[in-house]
Amino acid sequence: MLIKRPGRIKPSEITPRQTYIGRRQFMREAAAGAIAATSPLLLSAPAAAGTKLEGVVKGPFGTDETLTPLEDITSYNNFYEFGTGKSDPAKYAGDFKTEPWTIKVLGECGQPGTYDLADFIKPHALEDRVYRLRCVEAWSMVVPWVGIPLAPVLERFQPTSKAKYVAFRTLFDPRQMPGQRRPILDWPYVEGLRIDEAMHPLAIFAVGLYGEVLPNQNGAPLRLVVPWKYGFKSIKSIVAITFTETEPPTTWNQATPGEYGFYSNVNPEVDHPRWSQRKERRIGDLLKRPTLMFNGYAEEVASLYAGMDLRKLY
Amino acid sequence: MNQTDLTVRVVKPLLFVLALVPLALLVWDAFHDGLGANPVETIQRATGDWSLRFLLLTLAVTPLRRWTGWRAAIRVRRMLGLYAFFYACLHFATYVGLDQFFSLRDILDDIVKRPYITVGFTAFVLLIPLALTSTHAMVRRLGGKRWQRLHRLVYFAAGGGVLHFLWLVKADLREPLIYLAVLAILMALRLPLGRGRRKSHSPAAPRSDSNISTEAVRSGP
Repeated sequence: MLIKRPGRIKPSEITPRQTYIGRRQFMREAAAGAIAATSPLLLSAPAAAGTKLEGVVKGPFGTDETLTPLEDITSYNNFYEFGTGKSDPAKYAGDFKTEPWTIKVLGECGQPGTYDLADFIKPHALEDRVYRLRCVEAWSMVVPWVGIPLAPVLERFQPTSKAKYVAFRTLFDPRQMPGQRRPILDWPYVEGLRIDEAMHPLAIFAVGLYGEVLPNQNGAPLRLVVPWKYGFKSIKSIVAITFTETEPPTTWNQATPGEYGFYSNVNPEVDHPRWSQRKERRIGDLLKRPTLMFNGYAEEVASLYAGMDLRKLY
Repeated sequence: MNQTDLTVRVVKPLLFVLALVPLALLVWDAFHDGLGANPVETIQRATGDWSLRFLLLTLAVTPLRRWTGWRAAIRVRRMLGLYAFFYACLHFATYVGLDQFFSLRDILDDIVKRPYITVGFTAFVLLIPLALTSTHAMVRRLGGKRWQRLHRLVYFAAGGGVLHFLWLVKADLREPLIYLAVLAILMALRLPLGRGRRKSHSPAAPRSDSNISTEAVRSGP
């Protein structure tokens, strides 16, 4: 399939957007880093959900769309580790322990190891990132995440030239995660990105929501957010990150390969075998709206998939 | 009060009111911000669940009569069946109006392309003639035997309803499998083995084509 890109090439596009966005982002990050370095209160300790996060700077890629209310974002979740009902995560994730929390970094990289969550995040400035979230079930939200861009974090671990993909793994703890007591999916939940996708400035690790510590039902304490892909790619409660040379397995793809591909980019032209992906219901709206290619981030990410047949590599 | 009186005067009115409770709860929630983040989905889910539940309850009447001796249960079967149809109508109306917002193109697309919608829609369509011929007058007009044959469609509607549920679930099949198990049990209780036992134990009146009556219809599907 051809990727539909809007209009003719404008002069401003002669400088690749990623380059100038990258420059701007570098400046912002440098500034944010300076603030972070001088602010001793920042990220002193992980805190409980709902605690205000300090020192959050405004990040790029904003949208002026109406934000989905916190109440909806925290009560309507797909987090099968806590049950398959939409309200199960809010009901059963309350006592979930997110502290202490360590993240293992493994595979093709120069700095593998086990990192404490605070150390994992500390070198980076927290940013506000307001993103659209499009679930594969044809509903969507607008979520004001607080997070850190993936690229600088991953670069810290010095991925080698063999690191073509990054794999992520969710905690496996059936005592705390009742959904894992039944083989609904092949636990633990695993996800993955191609390294260039992972390094894209849109991809973030989220640690907060609405300026506060991420609620457990939303994937605390650390989750991925890749807004141009269906929600299930944005893996929650991450405990391991592995750089790999080959495409890593992903949970939903393993469960139903014909329905969920490795890429799972939001694509209104490629239906889920059982339902249309052309429209979506924005939570809070009655009428459905058309779904946009790459969830409206085509300008930013379409080049990642140039020459790929997105009908086959869904 | 004999069994029939009890059924007609107490059980039936009670069931009539109880059967409206799921709808009343939906309406209450709708006015009290209780339908959650995705109200359309909540309504769709509830009306679908209750349609299927009433369909299975309807199919439970015959085994119930056969195995418990509550013969008068037949007096509530039509009402249960009509409630199944009532909730199916609400379910379908929610889909057409609130989910697809009357977009004929999307609806037809769904019915043709999505197996779970194809089978769900078929199950709904199968219920229509059953609802239309549910009156005493229609039973008389059709004659018991033909009426009975027509109303065997309910088995296909129930099977279609369960399949509709089974095919729409993403990963956790437990709930639709419970419905499937209940349907399987209700069907198993109708096996000839059961019928043979009943014949040998109860002095059933000989039935012939000339003997068609509403009563004959009552022991139908």
